[in-house]
Amino acid sequence: MSVIYILLSISIVVALIFFAAFILAVKKGQYDDNYTPSVRMLFEDELVKKSTSEKSKTKKVKQH
Amino acid sequence: MSKKTCFHCGLDFTTAAINFEEKTFCCNGCKTVYSLLKDHDLSCYYDLQDAPGAQPKTNPELFHFLDNPKIVEQLLEFNDDGVQIVNLYIPHIHCSSCIWVLENFKKLHPAVSSSTVNFGKKSLRITFHSEKGSLKEIVELLSRIGYEPLIRLDDYDKKKKNIDRSIIYKLGIAGFAFGNIMFLSFPEYFQVGEYWLEQYKFLFRWLMFFFALPVVFYAANDYFISAFKGLRSRILNIDVPIALGISVLFLRSTFDIIFNTGSGFFDSLSGLVFFLLLGKFFQQKTYSFLSFERDYKSYFPIGVTKLIGKDKEESIPVHDIQKGDILLIRHEELIPVDCRLLKGKAKIDYSFVTGESKLISKKTGDQLFAGGKPLGGSIEVKVLNTVAQSYLTQLWDQDVFNRDKTSTFTSITNRMSKYFTLAVLSIATIATTFWLFIDSGMALNVFTAVLIIACPCALALAAPFTFGNMLRIFGKQKFYLKNTSVIEQLAHINTVIFDKTGTLTSPKESQVKYEGMPLNASEKSLLKSSLRQSNHPLSRSLYQILKSNNIMTLDAYEEITGKGIQARSKEQQLKIGSADFVGVKQPEKIAMNTAVHIQSNEQYKGHFTFYNKYRKGMSKLFNLLKKDYDLAVLSGDNAGEENNLKKLLPAKTKLVFNQSPQDKLQYIKYHQSEGARVLMVGDGLNDAGALAQSNVGVAISEHVNVFSPACDAIMDASVLQKLYDFISLSKASIRLVKWSFLLSLLYNLVGLYFAVTGQLAPVIAAILMPLSSISVVVFTTIGSNILGKKLN
Repeated sequence: MSVIYILLSISIVVALIFFAAFILAVKKGQYDDNYTPSVRMLFEDELVKKSTSEKSKTKKVKQH
Repeated sequence: MSKKTCFHCGLDFTTAAINFEEKTFCCNGCKTVYSLLKDHDLSCYYDLQDAPGAQPKTNPELFHFLDNPKIVEQLLEFNDDGVQIVNLYIPHIHCSSCIWVLENFKKLHPAVSSSTVNFGKKSLRITFHSEKGSLKEIVELLSRIGYEPLIRLDDYDKKKKNIDRSIIYKLGIAGFAFGNIMFLSFPEYFQVGEYWLEQYKFLFRWLMFFFALPVVFYAANDYFISAFKGLRSRILNIDVPIALGISVLFLRSTFDIIFNTGSGFFDSLSGLVFFLLLGKFFQQKTYSFLSFERDYKSYFPIGVTKLIGKDKEESIPVHDIQKGDILLIRHEELIPVDCRLLKGKAKIDYSFVTGESKLISKKTGDQLFAGGKPLGGSIEVKVLNTVAQSYLTQLWDQDVFNRDKTSTFTSITNRMSKYFTLAVLSIATIATTFWLFIDSGMALNVFTAVLIIACPCALALAAPFTFGNMLRIFGKQKFYLKNTSVIEQLAHINTVIFDKTGTLTSPKESQVKYEGMPLNASEKSLLKSSLRQSNHPLSRSLYQILKSNNIMTLDAYEEITGKGIQARSKEQQLKIGSADFVGVKQPEKIAMNTAVHIQSNEQYKGHFTFYNKYRKGMSKLFNLLKKDYDLAVLSGDNAGEENNLKKLLPAKTKLVFNQSPQDKLQYIKYHQSEGARVLMVGDGLNDAGALAQSNVGVAISEHVNVFSPACDAIMDASVLQKLYDFISLSKASIRLVKWSFLLSLLYNLVGLYFAVTGQLAPVIAAILMPLSSISVVVFTTIGSNILGKKLN
């Protein structure tokens, strides 16, 4: 039954890891602004889309 | 001419548009921004949102003060080894396009290595290399693309303060402990005498004890501090029974596990603290992009241009201005000190102080007060007083600005808590005495059980959740409150006082009336054509109002700053401007309004008079308010508008004119001493004293994120007509809180039954405590949302 000691210590260690991760995240300021990141994560695609549409535009010009 | 909207800024315009790459722009500035962004592959800006931009201002001289290294040093957040970081407040940030273009700002300027937007705070954090470009260049580029940063005196004085994140830490710790303790206490809930449970329960209990330690000594410390402060000033606030409950829970549980008399109440303890902190967190919502504590420093520029000798100019910080200095104030720069006009004829715009858009003419030798802005050209002035001694800034030395309004106000929860605490203590005493005679061993058990189960968790949550939710509902309607106690105060007012100019009247809209001889067709078209050339605010508004006439070419045009316009086309000559410019006396009855006089071919024709227009729905609002409240209008103007106001407002409204900022403050103070609880609605800095003195000060603002004096709430001018609804909603939320008090008391009664009869098992406490808290939260949230629907 002493396996309970191992299980307990593992569960507590896992819990503590997540707790430390939370504290670190707060400390880094991840909770200071909870709106902008939600918009920012959508932007990566925009840059790519823009350059392709730019290319198609130039192609059209050449065709004329 | 058809109406078009600008591709960049979305403004409607009717005048000749600029066509560029199949797109129309309202002005050259907008076109420049477009081509600038396009050249740097940033034209995606326009795909994310239609017409996201702002018309760029063409006055780069406004950032002259950034030449002074001392000022720059104060503004920088970080400055080491050529890498500098600055945090700028940019009011125009409003959509995803803004975030996108500003975060790609490094493509526009080689010195910038990264930029991060905080949308909630409307701020931009820029990291740049000082050897590749100065802060001034960056700020100027920002304003060229329409994102002009607002750099004010309080940025200069501000200490690099740390953000207070303790509530999140505490919430995290309490939640962490709550979850883990729940796991550990679960086996014992069923009280089965199993062999291995008996063997290991001590380990489980001591683990719970260690998890509970940070909850009691760190997460809950605010409650102990507040309870201690309350007791010291002899007030039984809500934190007293909470602190009592927490300490009894902790001590009893510790004794229980030491003497093996039970498993303790650590689960209830951590759950209680977690829920309480959750309520606090929810209530804490503030509008980070708004500031309710503004004084003159939020409006004053950081630096001014000082003239040394004849031609030498130097930027100096505003704090370094000495008596006798000669300053150069440019077009649209704010005058930071009381001074005397040396050179230049100036029209001063005091709208910032008084809320009036009327310009005041000053001539050489006249005294100028701090807070004005010269329009039309630069002026040279001699300083009479330092910043701290100027007329405007001295207003802030008064006591009202240092007084904490909430300290004089007892919240509904604290009023309730007094009776609650006394009731709980007497029940505990009676029950203990009773048990001393029956079974003295149970007495201490019952005493602690009563205090544990009566811990007013649900009671303490009712107000934060109701008011916190109401705060959000109000915020969606563009009525931004400083904190939740404003709702309670709003429900208790009995007098409403309004400022007139800028509050009841709209500074944006004005009515124009022409008096005099009618103008003939050629005069009309010359008038329109010459007004088109002028940038003076009155010319602009008159130009907008006049019907479209043929635009003719002018043979001669001259604008004399501070006086008027002189124009000629063929035989037709026109003089447009102030009374003495066209050579007539300013008529007495229109002295308080702004007039534009017209003289045609040396003959006086007449004048256009600008009247302030009252906002829509004011009459209706006053008629709604008059049933329940005393009403008054305090105006800084003379009594010229008295008859108009009397027609508009109900008869019992008191009208008081010629009120200085100090008079307004005294008026409110006097009525408060007579028992009035005053809601003051104002706008300009001249109301700042009155707003601070009143029980609730509401600042009306056309642009919520640009201008408002210190106040308890900021209201968008467009929703002023809903003021009555906001007040009734505040009253309704007080009623809602009272109902949820009743609900939580019912739970307490059930709990007390178990406690008094000595049957309180940890599992019952662990069920009752979260159940009561959650049902109160659900009740208040649903209730306040239903109430909030009425607003729409």
